[in-house]
Amino acid sequence: MKRIELLSGDEALARGAYEAGLKFAASYPGTPATEILEYLANFDDVDAQWSVNEKTAYETALGASIAGVRSIYSSKHVGVNVAMDPLMTSAYTGIGGGFVIVTADDPQLQSSQNEQDNRFIAKFSKLPMFEPSSPSEAYKMAKAAFDLSERFDTPVIIRLTTRVAHTKENVETGDRAETENKPFAVNAAKYVMVPGHAYKKHIALEAKLVELQKYGEQSEFNIAEINDKSMGIIADGTAYLYAKEVFPNASFLKLGFVYPFADEKIKRFAKEVKELYVIEEQDPFIEEHVRGLGIVLKAKDISYRIGELTPVLVKEIVEGKIKVEKAADARKPVLCPGCSHRSVFYALKKLKAIVSGDIGCYTLGALKPLEALHTTVCMGASVTIMESLSKYLGHDKVVGVIGDSTFVHSGITGLVDAAYNQAKGLLIILDNSNTAMTGSQPNPSTGVNAKGKPTKKLILEEICKAAGADIVETINAFDKNLQNKIKELMSKESLCVLIARFPCRMIERGKMVAPVFNKDKCIVCGACLQIDCPAIYKNMEGKITHDAFLCTGCNVCASACKFNALQAAQ
Amino acid sequence: MRDKVFNILFCGTGGQGILTAAEIVSLAAVYDGYHTKKSEVHGMAQRGGSVESHVRFGKLVYSPLIEEGSADFLVSFHKGEHDRMKRCLCANGVDLFASFEEAEKNMTNKKFINTHMLGVLSKNLNIRAESWLKALEAGFKGKFIEENRKIFLEAVSKG
Repeated sequence: MKRIELLSGDEALARGAYEAGLKFAASYPGTPATEILEYLANFDDVDAQWSVNEKTAYETALGASIAGVRSIYSSKHVGVNVAMDPLMTSAYTGIGGGFVIVTADDPQLQSSQNEQDNRFIAKFSKLPMFEPSSPSEAYKMAKAAFDLSERFDTPVIIRLTTRVAHTKENVETGDRAETENKPFAVNAAKYVMVPGHAYKKHIALEAKLVELQKYGEQSEFNIAEINDKSMGIIADGTAYLYAKEVFPNASFLKLGFVYPFADEKIKRFAKEVKELYVIEEQDPFIEEHVRGLGIVLKAKDISYRIGELTPVLVKEIVEGKIKVEKAADARKPVLCPGCSHRSVFYALKKLKAIVSGDIGCYTLGALKPLEALHTTVCMGASVTIMESLSKYLGHDKVVGVIGDSTFVHSGITGLVDAAYNQAKGLLIILDNSNTAMTGSQPNPSTGVNAKGKPTKKLILEEICKAAGADIVETINAFDKNLQNKIKELMSKESLCVLIARFPCRMIERGKMVAPVFNKDKCIVCGACLQIDCPAIYKNMEGKITHDAFLCTGCNVCASACKFNALQAAQ
Repeated sequence: MRDKVFNILFCGTGGQGILTAAEIVSLAAVYDGYHTKKSEVHGMAQRGGSVESHVRFGKLVYSPLIEEGSADFLVSFHKGEHDRMKRCLCANGVDLFASFEEAEKNMTNKKFINTHMLGVLSKNLNIRAESWLKALEAGFKGKFIEENRKIFLEAVSKG
């Protein structure tokens, strides 16, 4: 039955995959890809799981494919980096049941540590790639990708960007088609990538790419729209929509199957139009290829390789302008009122600790006025960078901080590394029992799975001990002795783990009693503002205001106030 | 009128129900037969950070983004965010911030301000009442639906 639904790009892609007979899905939460697995977890006939990291997600999804079922892997752009090891070789092995890889990229870094353009992963891995410009296209491409995967015995990549993943539009959906599993047969030449086998598979892969290029030439997703021939635009993804908005009468070659390139189509289109522009977001992926075909074109100034495109920027590109970066004027992101990470950062700041951080809500501790986090590179790096900082700067000065979900993702191996290499120092696990920044997904330390069902619970204390930490202690994140405990553990000649535990406010909203604010005692010294809580701010008249509606009663502000203007309620 | 693309910009801070309000307008437009695009911008913060949502509907919508100077309506839930986003309104654009400030002063349960603002907005849009009511039901997933319906209809009937 056909229905019109308002779906985001993530949901539409997931819906298309579901209707294509998908049976297995694995992912690690990350903006803007998270909603794909969340949507799939609603279906009883899809085995959808949160993996502990992207590499395990990729491998289990590939394994399901080898077993013969249609499967999908999804993650954000930087997540694909974690999965690159199996990804590169799966291009050689090929698949069993249809296998789709989704990379959701984040131009403009709404919520990421870099702006990498994962279209290059298609070229790098020699895998075909689709790129929708809208949710309804994501829906159609998901179906096409499974068919293509089985036809060519290859994983197929679908690349989204935030603006597609998180845009909603009308999508016409239908019913699920049940697909037969592919039979599994032992086949070492296909699935055992020892050098002798892999060399032959590389030869086959190059031949496959030639055939895939022919598919691209005929693909319904690469469409030439010939209108006014004085201006021709080659575009992909949302860049196509922006260009269409600004130049509705121009001629377009819209690339929806972006790799391998449809060279003949590109050459024909270039001949049709007088002036040829390539409009694409981020890096010169299409531009460099089209130039390589010996075609003269107009492309954007390198300044537009940074950040997202918009219709106005597309107009500027065509006018040959250089992009002027505007200072961001949005509100500073801030830890929630009552967040249990705040008390830890406040203590670390008072101790003047050098802090290696990680990826999660707590990365916000790096911002003013807390400024209590000094490195952030990638998931898991807090532990290993702490290992080295401790060695060279002194372990009594250095602390690593990592969330519970991130610790499971890639902190455990770091801790094994630190123990094995006899590192000293303190790692604090900020355990709010949640994967909060991406929207409260469960993880192994919560004992709940992607479908909300109870599962085995990882005991952080036990795994830290097993990894080789000398001292493992647990404390309530709002305990009055928190600062003293951190100081004590920093001074030990040992590898220590302190688990600072308190449930995330996004899952447990239960209020403690808000502190009492006595205006008369407040001298506006600003000490309470140093904890950076949205419930305390300076009003227009320059007076401190305590918002009891936002406050959750954590009392960190009361501990910061020396004048008893803010007092913990008795 | 139905050929024109309408641009509605919602803004405020996390936790105010902005994304829900934008979802409901979008659903109402879809139920009314418009092609609709809704895009969100929200950063790392879960509570208290800047949130904006762009809603565009018409016969055919290309870009999911509303450009500076082209919003027909600005629905803001926060003074600072309102002042920042005012530049996005087009020359004849309608600024609904006064309605928000009034509601914030007078409404006893602030949880329903977003529904009130939808009622105010609905008076300016060519979307049938039945589409709105269906969208409220779907957008709030049936939660507090009687209260929401009542507040919405009160806002429609006022002034």
